[in-house]
Amino acid sequence: MIHDMQVEDIVGDYREASLQCYGAITRKVYYTQIETPYPDGKLIVSTSTPDGVITHVNRAFVEMSGYREEELLGAPHAILRHPDMPAAAFKDLWDTIQRGEKWQGYVKNLRKDGGFYWVKATVIPNIRGGQLASYTSVRRKPSRTKVEEAMQLYSTLS
Amino acid sequence: MTLQFTVSPDFAPDRLSGWYIFNTWLQKQTGEAIHLELYNDFQSQRNAIAAGKVDLIYANPFDAAMLVREHGFLPLVKAINTADEALIAVRAESGITDVAQLQPGVRVAFTSHPDVHLIGMIMLEPADLGSDNIVPVAADSYVLVAKHLLKGEAEAGIFPAQAYDNLSAMVKSQLKVLVRSQISVIHHALLAGPRLQARRAEIQALLINMNADAKAVEILKSLDFGGWEAVADEAMEFMIDLMDTLNT
Repeated sequence: MIHDMQVEDIVGDYREASLQCYGAITRKVYYTQIETPYPDGKLIVSTSTPDGVITHVNRAFVEMSGYREEELLGAPHAILRHPDMPAAAFKDLWDTIQRGEKWQGYVKNLRKDGGFYWVKATVIPNIRGGQLASYTSVRRKPSRTKVEEAMQLYSTLS
Repeated sequence: MTLQFTVSPDFAPDRLSGWYIFNTWLQKQTGEAIHLELYNDFQSQRNAIAAGKVDLIYANPFDAAMLVREHGFLPLVKAINTADEALIAVRAESGITDVAQLQPGVRVAFTSHPDVHLIGMIMLEPADLGSDNIVPVAADSYVLVAKHLLKGEAEAGIFPAQAYDNLSAMVKSQLKVLVRSQISVIHHALLAGPRLQARRAEIQALLINMNADAKAVEILKSLDFGGWEAVADEAMEFMIDLMDTLNT
């Protein structure tokens, strides 16, 4: 289940947007220009069901997202979706992993407090007994050069 | 039939006798003839695995995918409270304070230990550095990685965090750490090959219970381990998947 963001959670001046998540679902988000730097040496790790519902998060995921673990478990991964991320990037992600392949890309994630953080994300299908059981997503610190290239590219995509 | 046990070639040299003592203990406990074969390098060990010679291995996480998914090994245990972490260090007097300041063409010293190298290279990525634009400085040991830094033969070095922490105070005083990994879930593990799997649960229990026996505790100490804990199949699969995401 995904809820609208709450104004009282937001830190700093914010803007408002409505995001289309998973087609029919609309989510109201509030976002600021405050970036949280990616922590050196850490990996942000999560596992989700084949339809994108979070089933496991590590401590770095909790710290960077600003959500409590219990708010994340059972929520769709789209809880982190930032309005600056083009739908085309996520379509490519889903098309790739649904073919059973690994996806890698640069993602701007939305924090609970409206701020953001950039990651280099890798998502792989977890195959157990020959069947798709889940997806694991691992994020690591991106270079600023790659982030700037991604910002440039995403601004041209819808 | 004599079974073969081998240990990831990255074990600390002062643990060598500990592994032999552990193997003797294991033979007594299991009643199996087990030969400890130590390989000088990872490739020789991988060749032995591919040839079906290995029955029990204390494996580097980098090789876990190959062992489990290609050769049918199953996890037994890991050392309690251990994780494979790496760090990037430079000379203390260097003006570099952040990995992002390292430039293409930088000389990076490292050993052939695959998990540490993988984690280290990931920590160089924020500087847009990769295997295609660094100058590798190969070293046979982490002491030699430190020497390359101190002699100015490399600007950065990749160390396993534990090995770095065990360097002498004098050496460490001449180095500084730019970044240390905090991944927590990548670790070496003892894996059983197909010929040992009928006794998997029994051997796993023997190992986990080592802590209950004073003599066995001494053996664990000689390996610098506080004990063994079970590794579930899914936990091993998770680590393999995680390594897979990092290996790109």
